[in-house]
Amino acid sequence: MEPLAFVLGVPLAGALLLALWGHHEVAREINVACSLAAFLAACALTAQVIDGGPRLVWNQAFYIDALNVFLVTLTSFVGLTTSIFSRPYMKIERDHGKMTPPRLRLYHSMYQLFGFTMLLALTTNNLGILWVAMEAATLTTVVLVSVYRTAASLEAAWKYFILCGVGIAQALFGTVLLYMAAEKLIGAEGGALLWTQLDAVKGQLDPRAITIALAFLFIGYGTKVGLVPVHNWLPDAHAEGPTPVSAVLSGLLLNVALYAVLRCKVLADGALGNGLAGAMMMGFGLLSVVAAAFLLSRQRDVKRMFAYSSIEHMGLMTFAFGLGGPIATYAGLLHMTVHSLVKSAIFFAVGHAAQTAGTQLMSEIRGLIKVSPTVAWGLVLGTLAILGMPPFGVFASEFLIITTAMREQPWATPFLLAALGVAFASVFSRVQPMVFGETQLAPLAHPPALLPVFVHLGLGLMLGLYVPPALDAWFREAARMVGG
Amino acid sequence: MDGYALLSQGLEIVLALLLAPLLGGWVTQCRAWLLNRRGPGLLQPYRTLHKLFVKESVVAEQASRIFRAAPYVVFGCMLLASAIVPTLSAELPLSRAADAIALVGLFALARVFISLAAMDIGTAFGTLGARREMLVGFLAEPALLMVLFSASLISGSTSLSATVGTLARSEFAIHPAMAFAGIAFTMVSLAENARVPVDNPTTHLELTMIHEALILEYSGRHLALIEWAASLKLFAYSCIGLALFFPWGVALGGSPVELLWALPALLVKLAIGGAALALLETLSAKMRVFRVPEFLATAFLLAVIGMLVHILLRG
Amino acid sequence: MPADVSPLFLQFVNLLGAVLLLLAFAMLSQRRILSLVHLFTMQGAVLVLATIVVGYVTAQPHLFVSALLTFALKVVLIPLLLHRVVARLDVRWDVEPLLNIPTTMLVGIALVIFAFYLGAPIAQLSSSVARGTLGIALASVLLSFLMTITRTKAVAQVIGFLALENGLFFAATSATYGMPMVVELGIALDVLVGSLILGVFMFQIREQFDSLDIHHLEKLKEE
Repeated sequence: MEPLAFVLGVPLAGALLLALWGHHEVAREINVACSLAAFLAACALTAQVIDGGPRLVWNQAFYIDALNVFLVTLTSFVGLTTSIFSRPYMKIERDHGKMTPPRLRLYHSMYQLFGFTMLLALTTNNLGILWVAMEAATLTTVVLVSVYRTAASLEAAWKYFILCGVGIAQALFGTVLLYMAAEKLIGAEGGALLWTQLDAVKGQLDPRAITIALAFLFIGYGTKVGLVPVHNWLPDAHAEGPTPVSAVLSGLLLNVALYAVLRCKVLADGALGNGLAGAMMMGFGLLSVVAAAFLLSRQRDVKRMFAYSSIEHMGLMTFAFGLGGPIATYAGLLHMTVHSLVKSAIFFAVGHAAQTAGTQLMSEIRGLIKVSPTVAWGLVLGTLAILGMPPFGVFASEFLIITTAMREQPWATPFLLAALGVAFASVFSRVQPMVFGETQLAPLAHPPALLPVFVHLGLGLMLGLYVPPALDAWFREAARMVGG
Repeated sequence: MDGYALLSQGLEIVLALLLAPLLGGWVTQCRAWLLNRRGPGLLQPYRTLHKLFVKESVVAEQASRIFRAAPYVVFGCMLLASAIVPTLSAELPLSRAADAIALVGLFALARVFISLAAMDIGTAFGTLGARREMLVGFLAEPALLMVLFSASLISGSTSLSATVGTLARSEFAIHPAMAFAGIAFTMVSLAENARVPVDNPTTHLELTMIHEALILEYSGRHLALIEWAASLKLFAYSCIGLALFFPWGVALGGSPVELLWALPALLVKLAIGGAALALLETLSAKMRVFRVPEFLATAFLLAVIGMLVHILLRG
Repeated sequence: MPADVSPLFLQFVNLLGAVLLLLAFAMLSQRRILSLVHLFTMQGAVLVLATIVVGYVTAQPHLFVSALLTFALKVVLIPLLLHRVVARLDVRWDVEPLLNIPTTMLVGIALVIFAFYLGAPIAQLSSSVARGTLGIALASVLLSFLMTITRTKAVAQVIGFLALENGLFFAATSATYGMPMVVELGIALDVLVGSLILGVFMFQIREQFDSLDIHHLEKLKEE
């Protein structure tokens, strides 16, 4: 049997199932089971690709290669741990009266559907389907963000929808232009949007058309990555949605959007040969890093603050991929993985902290170490990890990115270092009093699910010390493909 | 200059003088019908003109020479404008002297004189009208120019006769640019001829009137000339519209027989055009004066886009 | 490409493109929400007609399917939905947009010039009969984009967003005879689901804020 069928089929079936049964007690378990099955299928798929190399599935409709297989595994893994986390989290939310049975049903169903769109976007070989899946992911997350139906969550979801919907429409125009340029070489019979076909002829694509297509694709998917100046939706959507949704937004959606940008970059580099894509990515990446670091220092809401931190890190990755070359691209891929793991762990911890305190305002959250020490330790370690303290993986990737930048683009390093410094100072000075200090908070009634937090942090730590050979080979292979 | 050309030119001028009041009467009549009323009759404008011509012309004491001269200048401008627009035939001796730009210039000259005359007396209404007229003019003129340029781009000449000749001679073709130009032209014509969404030709309500405020001080033969000039202006505009957008039936060759055929064609087209104008006026409501610049800016932009579309699609 | 395509068909497609752009401009200058819905419906109808003509001229049967899809969605279903929303929420009037209308129009014309400037060279590459309209399609996309970001009412924003989709469809039709069928179906599904979600949203926003003015949606700011 084709493992891909399960990777895609299970979440879709799960979404349908949960659309009917999502409000039952057992729904949370179904959610975890579906995510687990998808993760196992993804592992099987990965094993296949490690053994057999890149493969086309089902009449070229899907393509699995080194670049996306590792993201498929990462996505299904974070999907699994988030579903484990959301089990007690949603129970607490229901007991607090924030989630009603219809909302729970919507939440569970959309969660699986979101997973399906992410995996579809990653595995499809068709750039048109990639767009469709990204748009569908927007729609599912819009519903997820607005699930509390409060004024603020509606506002966040509306902004998210309008900005991302309009932004991603630009990517569709870019896709049309790409199709137009490729159709002349490949012919109209279906193949002209298949990435493998495009990759084969990328050297002959017309540079003018590709330049303009690239600009539109970059604006479109860049909105989804959360690059400054089209980032406004991101902090709102992260702050106002349920915490599991914040975790998957930061951990998965942004990655998949960046993946789309990377696929386009490969084509553009082949067609243009002038590094335009790289220059654009470096410029906007650097702008995002700097702007996000300074905006971050002015936040009062803890989830908003970490949302800005996500913008900063996405900017850093974009910058790294823009730099190009095997080392920077390797570092970018590593950073993608570690950021995904660590940031979702932080959101898990923050979610429980906010549930304990009953607010997301940082000034109101105090002394977590006394109320629930595990949450506090998770938050402290996660914060240290995301700020790039050794020995966590973020340190390794940031170190690689900055040293490469020093060699290749020395002008950019002062900005990067200053931004990282500002981010460090402001995040740490906020988190420290949240964890220590006096408090009157009472512990939560249900024990929080902290296994995901520490599993993620453990993996993040491991990647800082030791990259397993299989993963290393993947990264190298993917870096060779993307970075040239 | 051959006899045929002279004949067609002469015929056009006579026709313009005679038909212009009739066109005004026809529009009024149609409006009355659409409102379920009995109209004053098709010939009412002639009767009004006759009445005004036999009446004494009263001129204010402070009036300068401009005030007296303005009706003649305006009338002359409008007559010349009607003469250079190819209505019956594209072979007009006078049109060689004047092209699309000169045509817009003629309208502008008339506007300047009537505004000066309105301010000459020094009444509040005159100044108000002049101000509003200029407000309309400064946006309507460039829009009209752009419309004419769009048509000129298709034919490659700013001469009106050449443009109409090209449009009428070429086999049937759809020019998307003309869709924009047509809408822009309709909007400009409504504004320039003081028709309903912009101005109401029958109103004497001081808050809304533009054209009537300008000519409040005129009487007798002066007023008759201005009224006649106004109807000539409507006639000229209708003929420009018909020539640019529906050029079929205009005599192109050099034979008087064709000219004979062009006349009924013109009458039918004018009748339909007048009825359409009446319908448009009945359907729309008068807009507030400060919305007028917006209305005309839209017309101007549409004309510009029409031109751009033409350039894009030709390439 | 069939060389015997009558120039008249080509001009007709061009004309439809021009009308599409005209409608995009009309939407930009329109203050009343009900008129916006009508204009949007008309734009959908023009799009359907253009797709049918291109499909007929080039003998591409899948364009007829795409036209049918567009008709069902953009001319029947979504306008119906919008009419219901407008009637139920009683929002027939739009307030002044963020920029006044003449300024918006001026920005709009700058966008049109920009779009034509971009569109003209790439249109040369296309082998489609209607390639000249690529610039027009891009212009309508940008104009709808402008409308979405300058409006303050939720319904107007949604219409802007949907009109943007119209422009994109026209681009796909004019430049490449439409996208592959599977992609087109996917996009149609997204549009349908998106408009349903937005429809539900408008009711919820109304419930929460007692208004559909997104001025109320300004609590969340960058600090």
